[in-house]
Amino acid sequence: MSEAIFEERKDQIHVKGEGAFKLACNRDSLAGAVSQRACVFCGSRVVLYPIADALHLVHGPIGCAAYTWDIRGALSSGPELHRLSFSTDLQETDVIFGGEKKLYAALIELIDRHQPKAAFVYSTCIVGIIGDDLQAVCKKVSEAKGIPVIPVQSEGFKGNKREGYLAACKAMFTLMGTGDTTDISPISLNILGDFNLAGEIWIIREYFERMGVQVVANITGDGRVGDIARAHGAALNVVQCSGSTMDLAKMMKETYGTPHLKVSYFGIEDMAEALYAVARFFKDRDPEMLARTQALVKEELSVLYPKLAQFRKDLEGRKAAIYVGGAFKAFSLIKAFRHLGMSVVIAGSQTGTEEDYAELASICDPGTIIVDDANPLELSAFLKEKDVDIFVGGVKERPIAFKLGVGFCDHNHERKEALEGFVGMYNFALEVHRTVMSPVWRFVPRRTGKVLAETETDLPKECSL
Amino acid sequence: MSSVKAKKPKAEPFVSTTNACKLCKPLGATLVFKGIEGGVPYLHGSQGCATYMRRYIISHFREPMDIASSSLGEKQAIYGGGPNLKKGLLTVMDKYGAGLIGVATTCLTETIGDDVPGIIREFKREFSDLHLAPVVQVSTPSYSGSHMEGFTAAVRAVVDQMVEPKLKTVAVNCLPGFVSCEDIRHLKDVFASFGMPATILPDYSETLDGPAVEDYEKIPSGGTPVQAIRAMGGAPATFEFGRTLSEPGEAATAGGLLASRFGVPLHRMGLPIGLRETDAFFQTLEAVSCKPTPRRHALERGRLLDAFVDGHKYVAQKRCVIYGEEDLLVGLTAFMAEIGVIPVLVAGGGKSGRLKKAVHDVCEGLLPEMPEVAEGVDFYDIADKARELAPDFFLGHSKGYRQAREMNVPLIRVGFPIHDRFGGQRTRHLCYLGAQELFDRVVNAMIDVKQTGSDIGYGYI
Repeated sequence: MSEAIFEERKDQIHVKGEGAFKLACNRDSLAGAVSQRACVFCGSRVVLYPIADALHLVHGPIGCAAYTWDIRGALSSGPELHRLSFSTDLQETDVIFGGEKKLYAALIELIDRHQPKAAFVYSTCIVGIIGDDLQAVCKKVSEAKGIPVIPVQSEGFKGNKREGYLAACKAMFTLMGTGDTTDISPISLNILGDFNLAGEIWIIREYFERMGVQVVANITGDGRVGDIARAHGAALNVVQCSGSTMDLAKMMKETYGTPHLKVSYFGIEDMAEALYAVARFFKDRDPEMLARTQALVKEELSVLYPKLAQFRKDLEGRKAAIYVGGAFKAFSLIKAFRHLGMSVVIAGSQTGTEEDYAELASICDPGTIIVDDANPLELSAFLKEKDVDIFVGGVKERPIAFKLGVGFCDHNHERKEALEGFVGMYNFALEVHRTVMSPVWRFVPRRTGKVLAETETDLPKECSL
Repeated sequence: MSSVKAKKPKAEPFVSTTNACKLCKPLGATLVFKGIEGGVPYLHGSQGCATYMRRYIISHFREPMDIASSSLGEKQAIYGGGPNLKKGLLTVMDKYGAGLIGVATTCLTETIGDDVPGIIREFKREFSDLHLAPVVQVSTPSYSGSHMEGFTAAVRAVVDQMVEPKLKTVAVNCLPGFVSCEDIRHLKDVFASFGMPATILPDYSETLDGPAVEDYEKIPSGGTPVQAIRAMGGAPATFEFGRTLSEPGEAATAGGLLASRFGVPLHRMGLPIGLRETDAFFQTLEAVSCKPTPRRHALERGRLLDAFVDGHKYVAQKRCVIYGEEDLLVGLTAFMAEIGVIPVLVAGGGKSGRLKKAVHDVCEGLLPEMPEVAEGVDFYDIADKARELAPDFFLGHSKGYRQAREMNVPLIRVGFPIHDRFGGQRTRHLCYLGAQELFDRVVNAMIDVKQTGSDIGYGYI
């Protein structure tokens, strides 16, 4: 294991039980290491992407727009403008003479063509360098077209994904406070930090509706500009994926006094707790809600538990590794795996904070490797050392697992399976079962070693000819 | 004539780009560096570029694709990325044991004006006591050209910076351009069957389509050997594929450079896709090797012609829209024209200015009207034209799927990226066998349309 670890990164890896917990994090990626991280632009793009009736224009050369074209499973129940990839495709002359004119023309053209409710204009690395005045262009277009045109300060090099999340939150916040809130119930909330992958936010909304809570704005899965504009009228913010949207919740708290709860919809305990927390919040306004919520959870679990028991029979004692974007998801996954009789032996994230990792360490079993901002070399060494049966990660982690002959579950933004809610827990167990129990692992080199002779010394002593 | 239609004064082109039919320049360079033995692609820029390209490439090849990055932050963007580049190079050499590092720039580092060749020279001086892996660098600002220009520039940079004078080799050079892993493997077979060792640059047939392994390989095995690259200047001939690359004889490509600097005879031709372009390749192979075409390939050709005859009616006068990279377009269009399909639109995001002539050259004598050729277009333009042209099928990569779906016609997937089907890296496009496989797919797609669209439910067509 030690060979794979860069000297500079030793303090970003901790094995639970080996000395006091301390993990360095929130540090720039080491140059030359193949970090699994992305950039500021990526952070902004993932958060705002699902807002389906807005125009998302990437101001820069073509790459940033091309690589983010319709890659996520964020569904919309109506308009699908977010699934198109718009770019100013800056050329050399634009870089020399500035891209403001082209940006203005592109915005006018696209707004006329698509009639969006708002436009987000993403700044990329190069725009930060050539110094285009995004703010001024957006203001001009906004006045000309009568819709909000919002610059997103997401120059790639200005930090990591987290700065991008913040830029996205700031952009959304400029929309807030402008919509009509008169028909919003005092028992209402906004869903923050859910991106409606494979329709997940619809599952969660249905739970809240069954509890008697009005959902005002989806932020941002199946999101709408108009809903975000009136989100300040909701009584509560529930925040999942806190890394990405907690900043927005804090801004709303400061300006509108909206309280927030940190939740997770993954796994059984966290999903149930999310609903109970909301019910407790509204207990004075609706004393019956808690009972309704209990009934809801009971009903869902009565369906789920027998199914999980079936999976558990096969999966008991198997080992899992987790490497995700933010650490919060890892907490839920560890608990989810326990329901399947499985232990998590590696847990890491791209951008966890000190508090995240402290909490992660507290819920992990001794011996678990905890890692910040890992790279393929480390991850593969850990997978091998811990002999895991399944690795949970994103598209960049998948080939690492598969190359070594390890099962894999995609828990990132490109997935097409709903993993939230009680039904999501079932889907998750099903997927884990499908991959872990596949017969193919029996044939991979790490299980069989050499099968065919590579050299003459591998041949049987007596050959026929 | 529809070529007249293409000349018709058209409305002002759109300012904005929607759903690009191209990728950014450094992506092409990373693929080239991945195809060299021990090669580690390295992007001098911010972290996101490397990660986005990795994700994109991984989704096609379903293989690890490690791309190192300078991971530049705000400070470096202001004061220069030199220190990060040097540190990153050391890290990659130290931890990966790279046999070669291929540094491609990005729009960020091009715009802040980092002198990458200078920084690398400095790096080599500073660490001259260490045994350093070779470093090749190429300038790939995304605002100037697409991934294909990046690919071509990287191949040229490797030749320019690696080839040593006076080395001799019996191996011929083959510069295939951006083809599939299966295509590269097939080219190796073809050269071998003519008794000619070949240095194929790049060769990612193993590095991006490798076997299952017991231990993660920091650097997967395979790739063009560095020693073989060094000797390319002493090769008896160069085969370079691509009719839109540049004017032959110019040193703008690796093949041109090998000819002008080292006197290696250059055989420039189109990608051997379809019958006539493959014939041209094989005739050159015969001439260079002084050997007749081996029976096995003659049989492949014969079977292909036999299939043309057997299948021609299923595809006759079907209309197709072809999109993608320019040289692939030329080959595919030639092939479709040969089998009686009418290419109604040939479109790509590239802007070489040579596509139209190349398409007309390869379709010479086969079509009553030349197809409309559109350079520098995106999928918004392609969709617009396609709705008007009503094709029977689309031929191109995965990104045209939405249009094919909208029009309820088949998309026959070729090239890169194949993100919505399995086995893109194993798709064979080249030579008689590639033509055979592609022909079968086109015929079967047309049969499927007829069968599915019929109320009878023919089980015998």
